[in-house]
Amino acid sequence: MKILVTVKEVAEVEDEFEISGDDIAEQYLEYDLNEWDDYAVEEAVQISEEAEDVEVVTATIGPERAEETIRMALAKGADRAVRVWDDDIESASYLDVEAKAELLAAVVEEEDPDLVLTGVQAGDESNGATGVTLAEKIGFEWAAVVNQLDLDIEGGVANVHRELEGGVEELTEVESPAVLTIQSGINEPRYASLRGIRQAQSKPLDVQTLDDIGLDADVLESPLAQTDLYEPESEGDATVWNGDAEETAGQLAEFLRDKGVVEG
Amino acid sequence: MSDVLAITEHRRGELRDVSLEMVTAGRDLADQTGGDLHLAVISGDVDDYASQVNREGVDAIHTVEYGEEFNHDVYTQAIEELYAELDPQYLLAPNSVNGMDYAPAVAEGLSLPLVTDAVDLAEDDGLTVTREQYGGKVETTIDVEEAHAAVTIRPAEWPQAEGDGDAAVEAFDADIDESEIQSTVTGFEEVAGGDVDISEADFLISVGRGIDEEANIPLIEALVEATDATLSSSRPIVDNGWLPANRQVGQSGKVVTPDVYIAIGISGAVQHVAGMKGADTIVAINTDPNAPIWDLADYGIEDDLFEVVPALIEEFGGEVPDV
Ligand SMILES: Cc1cc2nc3c(=O)[nH]c(=O)nc-3n(C[C@H](O)[C@H](O)[C@H](O)COP(=O)(O)OP(=O)(O)OC[C@H]3O[C@@H](n4cnc5c(N)ncnc54)[C@H](O)[C@@H]3O)c2cc1C
Ligand SMILES: Nc1ncnc2c1ncn2[C@@H]1O[C@H](COP(=O)(O)O)[C@@H](O)[C@H]1O
Repeated sequence: MKILVTVKEVAEVEDEFEISGDDIAEQYLEYDLNEWDDYAVEEAVQISEEAEDVEVVTATIGPERAEETIRMALAKGADRAVRVWDDDIESASYLDVEAKAELLAAVVEEEDPDLVLTGVQAGDESNGATGVTLAEKIGFEWAAVVNQLDLDIEGGVANVHRELEGGVEELTEVESPAVLTIQSGINEPRYASLRGIRQAQSKPLDVQTLDDIGLDADVLESPLAQTDLYEPESEGDATVWNGDAEETAGQLAEFLRDKGVVEG
Repeated sequence: MSDVLAITEHRRGELRDVSLEMVTAGRDLADQTGGDLHLAVISGDVDDYASQVNREGVDAIHTVEYGEEFNHDVYTQAIEELYAELDPQYLLAPNSVNGMDYAPAVAEGLSLPLVTDAVDLAEDDGLTVTREQYGGKVETTIDVEEAHAAVTIRPAEWPQAEGDGDAAVEAFDADIDESEIQSTVTGFEEVAGGDVDISEADFLISVGRGIDEEANIPLIEALVEATDATLSSSRPIVDNGWLPANRQVGQSGKVVTPDVYIAIGISGAVQHVAGMKGADTIVAINTDPNAPIWDLADYGIEDDLFEVVPALIEEFGGEVPDV
């Protein structure tokens, strides 16, 4: 069996930042493995540890910088990685969900996995849509926001819990092959061990261009354009207490006593 | 072709609030396009739901009677057929967990551009969608350069529609292909029961990822003890197994309405806010002046929790643990 896990390197913004053009200036961004994809990788690796002959392959659309993140996924137990990138992708004006799903679909076609795991959302763009879009493109069944997975490999069914709002979970049987979007908390992602990190260096990491995966630059044309990025006007009018920690703590304490929520 | 089709939502026999928000967002948009607002009600007791969403500003309601609960393969087929029949300009769905389960498939199936989690919509010779990025620290505007689009709407962003409507309710005879239904809902499970009910508490001290490590949790516990508060948290704390699930505030946890809510090291992500925005007074302790929690906070301390919390414990005569 083969499991494909999509892995995104996401940008995180420092506390103080500046905007340049229509994005946050590069020096205020830090990069990391997307939180939700960390859980997806762990889920796949756990399945591969419990069953015979399961290969875990990661797929990433991202520049060379993303290899650090990809190696992290390999260090945690994925077997090999595919990274899709070239100059055309680099210069695409807006890489929308549909285009990314198209690229990932081409990887799926090449890899022919039995199961695809994605994150529920990417922490930076938060589209929350790539997994289900991909499923529809490749004709797989799917389930979004999965926080429990029990795979019946022989029966060709994934028994999942979908985490709905308000502490309710939906129990669903999904026919495979399927795409599941994985919710945080489904497992406990491991830390990469030193041994894992060393091994990851020699695991295959294939870089593929659009041409390699049989697509041309047309797929990058988007009907969407990001026209602005700005700090929202704060709707808040919080009273912020100033001073050192002792002073501010004193002010908060006084407030809580005045309110009558704390005695003493 | 200037119409808007908005999809409503229900679960286990009850219409969900977001359905009435869809009416408001849909009416707003239809006013801008100069078209009609159509609603779709799919599965369950459709007539009951239809009468509940029949509010002022709705022009037509289409019901699809098929099955009881949400099933994305049914929704996807029904919406695609309805879309073909009505030929609306824009399709709106809620950005709920179920919306996330069908809207991308419908958009893909209909070859519509998709923009998710909209917080604002403006239409003037084309649609402009406002959405957040980077955990709510910035907003972006996305222009749709095509005549049609699908958009998912952030829950609790638009007010619920009021006023009785008089829209015609019409049964739509969708041709659902059963062989396309490849996932089956077998039941529901309630989670997060247990010893405490944070939704009953008057005074909550809530801890988030700013606490860094499990070993630091006793610091917050000491503050909770010194102030006789109830302890709650954001999701990552529960995901990490540092506190049990019944402590989680937010969309997938509990909705709380205390007199005072102190958010310590919590950024204020939309799914967290969904659970605590009804608190009477919100206090933030956070080092990041740009964290979205400041949009809600009434009071706050912009400082390191590892400085402030020990000082606060001392204020109330508690013992500061060694963390
Ligand atoms: C479908 C779905 C459902 C979800 N449901 C929920 C839910 O029910 N509840 C929920 O909470 N989340 C939920 N989430 C997750 C949510 O999107 C956020 O990831 C989460 O709320 C972030 O938690 P946080 O604020 O603790 O962490 P972060 O966003 O990482 O914020 C940590 C904050 O701590 C501050 N900080 C760091 N160090 C210090 C310090 N020393 N002193 C003071 N401040 C410090 C930082 O400035 C930052 O603002 C859900 C997500 C999805 C996709
Ligand atoms: N550039 C990318 N490379 C690989 N996977 C991605 C990429 N963008 C999104 N994904 C996957 O799709 C999920 C949802 O992303 P999004 O729909 O953008 O919120 C992520 O958790 C990833 O698993």
